Formats: sequence, structure tokens, C-alpha cells
Amino acid sequence: MVTVMELYQLLPRTNCKLCGEATCMAFAVGLLSRKKNISECTPLLEENFKKQKEILESLLLPTKGAEETGMIVHPELCTGCGNCVVACPVDVANDPHGAGIGRAPTNDKVIFKVVEGKVVASNIKECRRFGKNRVLCYACIDPCPVGAIEFV
Amino acid sequence: MVTCTGCGLLCDDIEVVVENGKIKETRNACRRGAARMRGCMNRLSPSVNQKPSDIKNCIRKAADILRNARSPMLFGWSNSTCEAQLKGIQLARKLNAAIDDTSSFCQGILIEKVLQKKFRTCSLEDIRDKADVLVYWGSDAQDSLPRHLSRFSYFPRGESRQRGYEEDRIAIAIDVRESNTAKICKGHFYRIPLKGDWDFILALMDALSGKVPSYDSKKMLELASIMKKAEFGAIFLGIGLTYSIKEDFDILQKLADMLPNINIMPMVGPYNMRGFNEALFKETSFVNRVKFDGKASHDSSYSIVEALRNKSIDTLLIVGSDPLSSLPRSAISHLANIPIICIDPCVTLTSRIASVTIPCAYSGVENGGSAVRMDGKVVELTKILTTNFPSDEEILTRLTEAL
Ligand code: SF4
Ligand code: SF4
Ligand code: SF4
Ligand code: SF4
Repeated sequence: MVTVMELYQLLPRTNCKLCGEATCMAFAVGLLSRKKNISECTPLLEENFKKQKEILESLLLPTKGAEETGMIVHPELCTGCGNCVVACPVDVANDPHGAGIGRAPTNDKVIFKVVEGKVVASNIKECRRFGKNRVLCYACIDPCPVGAIEFV
Repeated sequence: MVTCTGCGLLCDDIEVVVENGKIKETRNACRRGAARMRGCMNRLSPSVNQKPSDIKNCIRKAADILRNARSPMLFGWSNSTCEAQLKGIQLARKLNAAIDDTSSFCQGILIEKVLQKKFRTCSLEDIRDKADVLVYWGSDAQDSLPRHLSRFSYFPRGESRQRGYEEDRIAIAIDVRESNTAKICKGHFYRIPLKGDWDFILALMDALSGKVPSYDSKKMLELASIMKKAEFGAIFLGIGLTYSIKEDFDILQKLADMLPNINIMPMVGPYNMRGFNEALFKETSFVNRVKFDGKASHDSSYSIVEALRNKSIDTLLIVGSDPLSSLPRSAISHLANIPIICIDPCVTLTSRIASVTIPCAYSGVENGGSAVRMDGKVVELTKILTTNFPSDEEILTRLTEAL
């Protein structure tokens, strides 16, 4: 997965604030959490940043088959056991009396659901790996014995 | 919400989308459950001596065969509702037949001990709400009861286990191979050699009583200390352990007696195996391998495997089971010599050689009823689709009347 540092290195690093962020570093964080768009950094559109802009775009391109946030679920491996459904802290917080206690999710705010015996992810923007206070969460990867969930 | 009959967990939180009389989509059921809900690959059709017939004629033919049998056996039962199982036991009584189920080469012996109250046990909800130490012994729950860890044992937050599995629960696997369950138990996986359960139990008992265990003493002492400190623990006994320690289950009881805070729970694969064991136990005080003749006698020679090996049965009625594909080679040759009556929703290897085949509804989808979960809780099954096929219960009733 691409890091904030890698993105930052490719920005103009002038802290000109044209993007609405106080620093280029803050903008890089925004890019990574998909809250900001490359085009919002207008200096980057200039000719001498062409090469850097292209690299940035390729780094931020969603990987093939991956959700916008980088999550890939391999349905052919998934056994539908529901471990990830119950273990994901977002699911526990958003559905404490359903997914949180091991039962079927009772609302649509959860990230994981099992449909036709396989897990399907939605609301991925809620995932703790993204957004402002992101953390490197492994709560859906570790409980999956068959390696059906991956982040790229 | 409907109940899944894919395994002994009988998950009752399944949603289905029905379209044009078929199940179009299932939600919340695991892959095994979703496949079970989809139904048979090939539907069984009524036949007599391999020729197409109708159900009425098949039942008449089956009654003829049973009437002429000197030593019939009724076998199967773990994929039938409690109601059908009761009808089956009544039929066996009426015919002075032997009756046995798949638990006779599976977990029957452990379930018997539970029903005889020789082990301390509890419900799956107790485990979810209270358990802090979980031991999967010779059981790949992740594979055979796919939602066991997520619904009840390791991952859910329970009443007194609010902080989740990372902090509140310890999962331990004891097995001969690194199963998917063992992978989840990571730091607490005890690999044992084939048939090594016996030595493992002895070493663990040594460690529990403060002696230095002869075998892997550091890991043993660590395990003993986790088990001793458990506030509410559970040992899930799988088929791997049952096969390995064979007939000598007293040692397990001794181990259980040393662990007052730990419950014992046999894992049950087929959805209503425990139901049959409980029903027969209530009537005869045995869980399987029974022969009726005015009274009920119990003997290992009344197990399907022994009876076929000894060629001591001359007719076999099978309900919802496929012995030809599941029994050892030494047992199946006799199947070719005797008339077989097969009641099943689907075509099986056994149904292909049966003298009479009687298709029934697919239980848990096309007919309701009740079933007993692996921990003894009675769960209602749902009729989701309508069908023209009679239930196995109805077929057994009509067969009994025809006799
Ligand atoms: S507009 Fe571009 S160069 Fe200016 S602060 Fe934002 S990221 Fe940095
Ligand atoms: S990484 Fe964490 S928050 Fe994100 S989906 Fe997985 S378990 Fe949920
Ligand atoms: S992704 Fe893994 S943990 Fe989640 S349901 Fe599928 S197999 Fe189970
Ligand atoms: S765990 Fe068993 S009962 Fe539950 S959905 Fe899966 S197959 Fe069905």
C-alpha cells in the first residue's frame, strides 16, 4: 500500500495552501484517505510537474479488482464463516446487537455481510484503514483462515 | 428468518429470497449452508426394482419387503426432523427391527455420556456470553461447523465478554494437523502425533496435578495453567479425538473432573444427529445400536457396520443417509445382497442400488418440524417452499399403516 510519505515526496512541497490545506503533508494525507483530489493542487497542473503528477495518479489508481479503498475479497476462497463480519470493529460499533454478538447483521451500516455463502463488503469508506484517524487494522484479515481478505 | 439445516449449529438467522418457487438467494448462511438451501443436484424419483413407479406403489412394495424380513434394520436419521425420527423408532418397535444412526460411527458415544450427565456441559449461548477459554480438540470447527467460532465461541462479544476475542478469550487447538481452526488459534496450537491424544491427556493430567509431565513439559504446564485459571471454559470434542481414544472414554471423564470450570461439548456435524440420539435415549436409554423384540437391547453387533460385516441383517431401510459412500469397504459388500429401501430427497450412491426408492421433501426447506442443535437446544425448522413430495415423516406414517 502506498504511504503518505511517498505521496508527499511527489507534491510541489511549497505549502502554498492553494489546495485549501495548511501544508502539502496535510494534502498528502487527504489524498490517501480519498478526501482530496489531485486536481485540487493547482500548482501540480503546471508543465514542470507533469511527470510527478502522472506518478501520483498511477499510485492512487484503485488496483484492479480492488474497492476504492484497496480492499480485495476473494470470493473463491471465502467459506462464508462470518468471522470477519463479527470481528470488524466497525461492524461491532454499528450493529452491537447483531453482528457484534455473532448474529446476522441487523442493519445496512455494517461493512461485511454474507450473501450466497460468501462475504460481500460495502460501506468501505467506514473502514478504519481510511479517513482522517486511520489505523492499520487487521481485524478482518487475521480471523480469516483462508486469506480471503486482502488490502493492496 | 429461517433455519439452516446445513450442520449441527442450526443457524436460525438466515434470510432467503424466494422467486418462482425457488430459493434465489440466501443471506447470512455460510457456503455450506447456502449449498444445502439450494437443494439436491439430482432429485430422487420413485422406483421399484430400478423401474419408475409412483409413491403409493413404492410404499406398498416397501411394506411387502419389510413384512417378509426376518431381521430388518432401519438406518440413517441424522438428516431427518425429530418428528420423522420418532416415527422411525415406532416403526422399528413394531417390526422388532434393529435401529441405528450415523452417530454409531461418529460422536454417539460422547453424546451418550452427555445425556447420562457424566460430563458437565452448557449451552452455546452460555459459551458466547461467558466463556474465556475455548479448546477445540480433534475438531476443525471452522470446517465442519463453519459459523461456530463467529456465532458462539470465539469472535462474538458476549454478556461478560464485552472486550471481544482479542482480550477476553483464549482459543486453543489440539490436533494432528494445522487445520483452519488451528490457524485461528495461532499461539495456542498443540500439534500431537497421530493417535497421540491418550498420551496428551495423561501429560495434561500430570501438569494439572502439579507433577512434571513426561511429554512436552513446558507447553503442557502452560496449557494446564490456562485451563486452571479459566472462569468458564469449554472443551469441544471432535471426531479426531473420538476416533483416537476409541472405547476408553473414562480417561476423558477423569480429565473433566479435574477441571471444575470447564464444560464438555461434543461437536455434532449432521443437523439432527443429536435429535435422534435424544429420542432413542428417552425410549430405550441407549443412543444408537438398538434391537427391539418386546424389549430394547443394545449391542455393538446392532451397529450398521458390524451388522453388515456379520451379514446379520436381511433388509435395510435407509432414511436420509448414504451408507454406500460413507461406510468402510469391509461393510458395504453385504449391501449388494439384501433388499434396500431408500427414503431420501436426492439421488445417492445407495439409492442407485436400492430395490425401492421413495423420494421425500427436503427437510428444512420443503418441510418444517423440529431438530436438536449440537448443544441440546430444540430449534424449529421452517418450510420455505411448497412441494408435492411428502415429508419423510409422512412416508413413514403411511408405511407403518400399510404394514
Ligand atoms: S496546493 Fe499543492 S503545493 Fe500548494 S500546499 Fe497544497 S499540495 Fe502543497
Ligand atoms: S480493516 Fe478493520 S475496520 Fe477495515 S474492514 Fe477490516 S476489520 Fe473492518
Ligand atoms: S472472508 Fe474469511 S473470515 Fe470472512 S467470511 Fe469469508 S472465509 Fe470467513
Ligand atoms: S454454520 Fe451450519 S447451520 Fe449455520 S449457516 Fe453454516 S451450515 Fe448452516
